[in-house]
Amino acid sequence: MPPRPTRIRPKAPDVLLLVGTSKGVFLVHGSGGRRRWQVSGPHAAGHTVYAVAFDQRAGWHRIWASASSMHWGAVLQHSDDFGATWTVPEEATLKFPAESGLSLKNIWQIEPGAADAPNQLYAGVEPACLFESRDNGASWSPVAGLLAHPHRPKWMPGGGGLCLHTIVRHPTSKSRMWVAISTAGVYRTDDGGRSWQPRNVGVRAEFLPDKYPEFGQCVHKIAMHSSRPDTLYLQNHWGLYRSDDGGDNWKDVANGVPSDFGFPIVADPNKPDTAYIIPLESDMFRVVPDAKLRVYRTTNGGKRWQALSKGLPQEAAYETILRDGFSADALNPTGLYFGTRNGRLYGSRDGGASWIQIAGGLPGIVCVKAYALGGGNGKPAAKKAAARKRPAARRPAARKAGGATRKAARGARGRR
Amino acid sequence: MSVAVVLPGYLRPFADGRDRIVLDAQPATVGDALNALWKSYPGIRDRVVTEQGAVRPHVNIFLGPESIRFTGGLGTAMTGSDELLILPAVSGG
Repeated sequence: MPPRPTRIRPKAPDVLLLVGTSKGVFLVHGSGGRRRWQVSGPHAAGHTVYAVAFDQRAGWHRIWASASSMHWGAVLQHSDDFGATWTVPEEATLKFPAESGLSLKNIWQIEPGAADAPNQLYAGVEPACLFESRDNGASWSPVAGLLAHPHRPKWMPGGGGLCLHTIVRHPTSKSRMWVAISTAGVYRTDDGGRSWQPRNVGVRAEFLPDKYPEFGQCVHKIAMHSSRPDTLYLQNHWGLYRSDDGGDNWKDVANGVPSDFGFPIVADPNKPDTAYIIPLESDMFRVVPDAKLRVYRTTNGGKRWQALSKGLPQEAAYETILRDGFSADALNPTGLYFGTRNGRLYGSRDGGASWIQIAGGLPGIVCVKAYALGGGNGKPAAKKAAARKRPAARRPAARKAGGATRKAARGARGRR
Repeated sequence: MSVAVVLPGYLRPFADGRDRIVLDAQPATVGDALNALWKSYPGIRDRVVTEQGAVRPHVNIFLGPESIRFTGGLGTAMTGSDELLILPAVSGG
């Protein structure tokens, strides 16, 4: 039996990290101005947790986790008391209709709906489809416009299966939403989900004869800044892009990165022109370039990317960060967090300028989602707590392992 | 004649903690037996079969010593005093 997880009780302005792994989900509580970290888990032990979410609408503190078993299937479970207890549905709540002939393989994404629709939730699943709940997860229905999409017969599975892995809601318009499917590309609805149009102009499909098809791209992740919803960033299976027209057109912004292959991309919640990536060497060697763990940040919408490595290992770091393994809180300065397939969890409380290892020895990390209790939205981190000096003995060793980063050269390697 | 279903540990929380369920039914096939099982314990169904009714690929069901994959699947006929054994496949990690 796995050990009983430690109880955590985060409160504003603390940070909660939900860390989904190949063996369960860990809840990581950051307090004291994001200087003290407590790990609770594994919850849903033995399950792979591909999707997590924390819903603070309507005063809730509800944690959602998709618990997937190779043997017994995937279900959505939730906790309203930071993991002290979990509600596991007897019957699976996400099911494809019989006439579709499809069977749920996995749940890749959970996305709460708008603040004024607190019972609305979305889920992205494999095989690729979007599900919607209007009763806070008690029941779910597939969004018909995607389930019956005419392109569906031509969608092809990527390495992780044919999955709808990304859901981006427009912050003010309920009719507009983006999803990303591997390998189908980006699709957008402008009528509340009734119809979906591919939005992949300018995005390259290296693995197809037609390098710029209408759809079929292997998009790994898209991200949006909520104050400028027409600006989107996209990390592709080879390719790094930005759109300034809601995805109608994409332009290459891989300027100064060691490789434009990677999985996650994160938009800074406080700065619309700032985004972060963690490039990987190539699709044939999916570890960070030169075995140096570096986050790349742009502060000008992709005109230039700068390596951030202070506190991150700069040798023998054969690390892989998956598409949902990187997240930002909404405090100011921005907190950034990522997890690796080798089970290391890193964090920065200064927008990536410096990093510490928050936890190590976890199972392979599949997803990391960061939440500021109370919502954040640019609120300063607890200044009083942040001013307290932390005892040196409690500082993670990795913090001392900073090192210089060589200047990345565009096109040096892996660039296509 | 009675039919019993033996459950692995993972499924017992969905059967009031029991590891062996004697069905109150006279099923003609394995599929009938399982339908009777999840009529009483609905939480077991979605973990053993998909929403399309197919046995999950990493779940094995044995009627006596034989896997039903080799005897006709869910249509395998029940005979005499039978015991169904549900087990996770050796796959996993």
